[in-house]
Amino acid sequence: MNIKAQKRPVILTLILVMFVTLWLIVAIFPFLWTFWGSFKVEADFFSKIDWKYSIFGIRTLAETGYNFTGNGYEGAWIEQEFWRSVINTLIVVVSVVVISLTLGTLGGYALARSGYRYAFWLLMLALIFRAMPHITLVSGYLLPFFQWNLWGHLPTTIIVMVAINQPFTLWMLHSFFLNIPKEMDESAMVDGCTRFQAFWHVIIPVMWPGVITTGLFSFLLAYNDFAVTGMLLSQENQTMVPKIASFLGSTTVKGNIMFAVAAVVSATMPLFILVVFFQRQIVSGLTAGAVKG
Amino acid sequence: MKHRTFMWFILPSLAAMILFIALPIFSVFTQSFFVSHGQVLIETENCGPFGCKKEVTVDVDATKQLNMENPLGKFNGFKTYTNRNHLAFQEVGIAWNSSASIFSFLKSLLNLPFYKALLFTITYTFCVTPFVIVIGLFIALGVNSLPTILKGPTIFMSLLPMIVTPLIGALILYWMIDAEGIIGATLQKVFDDSSLSLKASPSLTWIMLMVYGVWHAAPFSFIVFYAGLQTVPEDTLEAAMIDGANRWQRIWYIVVPYMMPLVVFITLIQLMDNFRVFEPIVGFSAQANATSLSWIIYNDLRGQDVQLFGSASTTSMLTILGVGFLLIPILVRTWRDFNTKTV
Repeated sequence: MNIKAQKRPVILTLILVMFVTLWLIVAIFPFLWTFWGSFKVEADFFSKIDWKYSIFGIRTLAETGYNFTGNGYEGAWIEQEFWRSVINTLIVVVSVVVISLTLGTLGGYALARSGYRYAFWLLMLALIFRAMPHITLVSGYLLPFFQWNLWGHLPTTIIVMVAINQPFTLWMLHSFFLNIPKEMDESAMVDGCTRFQAFWHVIIPVMWPGVITTGLFSFLLAYNDFAVTGMLLSQENQTMVPKIASFLGSTTVKGNIMFAVAAVVSATMPLFILVVFFQRQIVSGLTAGAVKG
Repeated sequence: MKHRTFMWFILPSLAAMILFIALPIFSVFTQSFFVSHGQVLIETENCGPFGCKKEVTVDVDATKQLNMENPLGKFNGFKTYTNRNHLAFQEVGIAWNSSASIFSFLKSLLNLPFYKALLFTITYTFCVTPFVIVIGLFIALGVNSLPTILKGPTIFMSLLPMIVTPLIGALILYWMIDAEGIIGATLQKVFDDSSLSLKASPSLTWIMLMVYGVWHAAPFSFIVFYAGLQTVPEDTLEAAMIDGANRWQRIWYIVVPYMMPLVVFITLIQLMDNFRVFEPIVGFSAQANATSLSWIIYNDLRGQDVQLFGSASTTSMLTILGVGFLLIPILVRTWRDFNTKTV
C-alpha cells in the first residue's frame, strides 16, 4: 500500500488517528466500565457523588470488607438460577447452528449452481423474508402454537430460529459457493459421482472456511435474539437474553440490580472470546456479500 | 443443474421458510381481521326483601366454550385497522379539521399510539443510517492510515459494539447514563443541574436511542468500507495523480465511485435492520417517550391481562407493508439489472 498516491499530509493523518482513538474509547469503554463495576456493590456501581468510588470500590470495601465482591455473580448464577438459562442457550444455539448449516449448504449450493431464472427469484424472496421484522412473524406463531400446545418448548424455538435465519444463511453460503469453480464438481461428475456425491466429497471439503464463517453468524443471530426467544419460551426454558430482561422487572430491590449487571457480563464473555478467535472469519463474512456487489 | 436435483437440494430450506415465514405472514393476515371474544355475560335478577337487583356475571364455562369452538375470535373486518390504536381514521379526521396549523395537527397525531411509533421508527431509520455510513467511512479511513501492527487490535475493539447482544449493549449504556451512573452524573455536574435526566425528556430519549443505534451499527459499515479500501485500484489512483488530480479530487472521482456499491449494500442492510428497532427500547426502558412498531407489537403480545392477538397482527400487517415500501426501490433496481443482463 505504500505508493505515493496514498501518502497523506501529517495534519490529516493526525486528525484521522485522533478520530479513531476517540471511536475506540467510545467502543470499548462501556464494556470495561461494566466489567469492572460488576465486581462492586450497587452503591459503587451507581455512585453519584464521585465516579472514583466505583474504580476504587470504597463502599464495596465498607460493605463487604474487600475491594472486590462476587456477590452479583453469586446472586445471579445461584440464587436466580442463571446457569439454567446458560444450558438452555447452549442447547438452542448449537442446534440452530447445526441445522441451519445443514439446510443452508444444500440450498446455497443449489442456488449457486442453478443457472435458471427461478434460482434468482428464490434469492429475491429470501431477501424479502430477510427484511421481515422478527416480531411480526412471532405474532403469527403465537396463537397456533398455543392451540397445538407447541408453545414454550425448546425444539419449537429452535425450528423457528432456523427458519428465520435461513434467508441470511442461504445468501451468505450462496456467495461462498459462487467462489468455488464449477469445474470442480463437473469433473467429479464426469468421473462418475452423482450430484450429491460431488457436493459431499468434493465441494464441502473446500468449503470449510465459508461454512465456519456462516456458522459464526448463525451463532450470533441465535445467541443475540430476543424477539423470538423472549416470546416463545416458557419461564423454565428461558435462554440468557430473556432471562436478563426478566431480571430487570424484578430487580427494583436494592442490590439486585447487580445480579443483572453480573448476568450481562457473563453473557458478554463468550462473545469476546468468539471475536478473539474468529476475528478474521467475522470480517470476511461481513464483506462476503458486499464486495462482490 | 437439473430441475429435479435442484428441487431436492433446496427442499429442506424452502420448506422451513414456507412453514415458518410465509405461513406466519398468512396467519398474521388472517388474525388481523379477528378480535377476541368478549366474556359471555349473564344477567340475573336477584329478588330479595328490598326489591329486585339486576346483576351481571361472567359465564366462565360459556366463555371457555366459545374460545374452544372459535379460537381466532370473532370476525371484525377492517375495524381493527381503523380503530384508535391503529390507523385511527376518525381521530385523524377530527384532528385535521380542528387543528389550525400543520404543526398542531402533527402534535395531535403523536397522541395516537400507531402514529407515534411510526414516526419514531421512521426518524430512527433515516437518522441512524446516514450517520452509520459516514462514521463508518471515517473510521475505515483512519484505521487504514494506522501502522499495520495496530490494525488487528483496533479492528478487534471496533467489532465489540456490533457483536454484543443488542439488549445487553443497550443495558450497558443505560446503566451508564442513569442519573447515578457515570455519564449521567457527570452530565449533571457539567451542566450544574441536578434534575437533568436523559430518560425524562422525549427528545433526549430519542437522541439517546439513536446514539445507541449508531454505536451498535457503525462497526458494520466500518468493516465493509475497510475491506473495500483494500481493493481500491492503485494504478488508477497513481494515474490520476500524474494527471494532476489533488487529494480531494482523487477521493471524489476515484475512491467514492468505487465505494458506491458498498454504500448501497450498507444502506440496504441498515434500512432493514433499523426499521425493526426494538431491543434498545426494552433495554433503555424508553417506552414512555419512544415506541417503535416492533415494540407495540411486542407490547400487545405480552399483554398485561389479555394478549391482543388481533391488534398485534394488525400492526404487524402495517409493518410488513412498511417494509414493502422500503424494499420497492431495491427490488425495482434488481429487476432492471436482471432484465438487462439476460436480454
